[in-house]
Amino acid sequence: MEPLDENKEGIGGMINPRRYGIERVAYLLMRLSGLGLLAYFIAHIYETSSILRGEVGWNEFLALTQTNEGHAILAIVIAMCVFHTVNGIRVMLGHGGVGVGKPSRPDYPYNPASQNYRHKIGIYSAIVLAAIAMLYGLAVMYGE
Amino acid sequence: MAQVPKLEENSVSKTSSSPKSVTLRIARVNPKQNTEKKFMEFSIPYQRWTTVLEAILQVKKHFDHSVAVRYSCRQATCGSCGMIINGKPRLACFTKISELESNVVTVEPMNNFPIIRDLTVRFERLFDSHHKVKPFLIREDSEISSDEKEFLQSPEEVEQYIQFSNCIKCGLCNSACPTMATDSSFIGPQALAQAYRYVADSRDKGKDSRLKIIDDSHGIWRCHFAGSCSQVCPKGVDPAMGIQFLRGYLLGFRS
Amino acid sequence: MVNKLRESIIMKIHYGTALAAVALVAVHILMRLTQSFSESLEYANVIANYKFLPYAGMLEIILILLSIHGFNGLRVILLELKQGRGYEKAVSYGCLAGMIGLIAYGSRTIIMVNMGVV
Repeated sequence: MEPLDENKEGIGGMINPRRYGIERVAYLLMRLSGLGLLAYFIAHIYETSSILRGEVGWNEFLALTQTNEGHAILAIVIAMCVFHTVNGIRVMLGHGGVGVGKPSRPDYPYNPASQNYRHKIGIYSAIVLAAIAMLYGLAVMYGE
Repeated sequence: MAQVPKLEENSVSKTSSSPKSVTLRIARVNPKQNTEKKFMEFSIPYQRWTTVLEAILQVKKHFDHSVAVRYSCRQATCGSCGMIINGKPRLACFTKISELESNVVTVEPMNNFPIIRDLTVRFERLFDSHHKVKPFLIREDSEISSDEKEFLQSPEEVEQYIQFSNCIKCGLCNSACPTMATDSSFIGPQALAQAYRYVADSRDKGKDSRLKIIDDSHGIWRCHFAGSCSQVCPKGVDPAMGIQFLRGYLLGFRS
Repeated sequence: MVNKLRESIIMKIHYGTALAAVALVAVHILMRLTQSFSESLEYANVIANYKFLPYAGMLEIILILLSIHGFNGLRVILLELKQGRGYEKAVSYGCLAGMIGLIAYGSRTIIMVNMGVV
């Protein structure tokens, strides 16, 4: 028998951040920052291996990263790193049942206790801290 | 297929306040005939209290009886009329047109469920997943064999699970879940919340067997606490809360 | 082997590696800030870092932690995108191979510089 078409929303539905509030934005940013950081990590391991080619090899590769584009990429990496860390700790605590409210008889209009201000503050903090870290990183990179 | 028939005001019951009208766009799709999804448009008068289901039933009554829609109780109890209304999964009987604050109401079949026709979808997978987590009390003795006539619970013990027992299996949570959007094997927020409902019940002794079932590569770990399931639940079940508590057992936060 | 491991064990490792990596990466970044940023990246300073055994050891641990965390994260995302026995096996073993490959490649740099091969 042919498998049923499940009418799945697909990747478009999974990454759509507009319908379900800031929690869904955090979900998307967490995925994107995770993938971005893995890509950077692989590139960083490759980049630092240039030291095996001696001082010339190291300086050649370093020169590539000391450009405006290199600084911009590093600034984005700093932002991704801070967001992924802070939001990751929030998600981890949530996964353990910390800060998700406690069960009670629901009353109309049924505002879900798990989507509470503590987690929203956590998400906004992650975004703000990522922005501050990015600006600080840019200041360090361009300040010299 | 875009037609805009108008339902004359005198064809519906007269009321004291004059009704406004809304354009109702209904998705028409029939997988058996491999037809692509198309929308039919109808201009429907509505009152402040008119629900989307009532508007659809007006279309069926006056314009096109072939529109397929599943409904029964009309009071958010049976969980039959879940559909995508203006982009979000909602119960048609529980959603008033006036609260959508839009001149156009678009109704489509729920995502992440196979379509039968138009607005009706198959629930087999949801029921299978629900069944998989053993949605019943597990213990060796029974109320009949035990010395006690019934298993007593304190109000506090009831409070631990009563919220999760409100689930009407409408499937809105599964339709909103970002993991369900791509993962056909994911057990889903509905079944996970129901697993917690029984694990949290002081009369139940089946925690370990349920935790084993959900500790799978497409089980509870594929939930990332996006919380969309809780946002769309029409009964205040808050599946995201139940899932995190359930995961707390696996992580050692709870015992 | 990967498929036999219970998902809860894998995810506990995922969370554990994340927490440990946060602490160690913070030290790694702070080391860049003990002197001016460009100075800390000078060849002689970097070589000195690698030759300082505790720091080289820390780099090795970061490499292992982040490789495990990163590739398991990738596995999770890929498992959710598509399903099927063959595909899921390929994803699990592919990510394991990627993780081992990256650890081996990074370790080669750390060990060779630490031992003074360059």
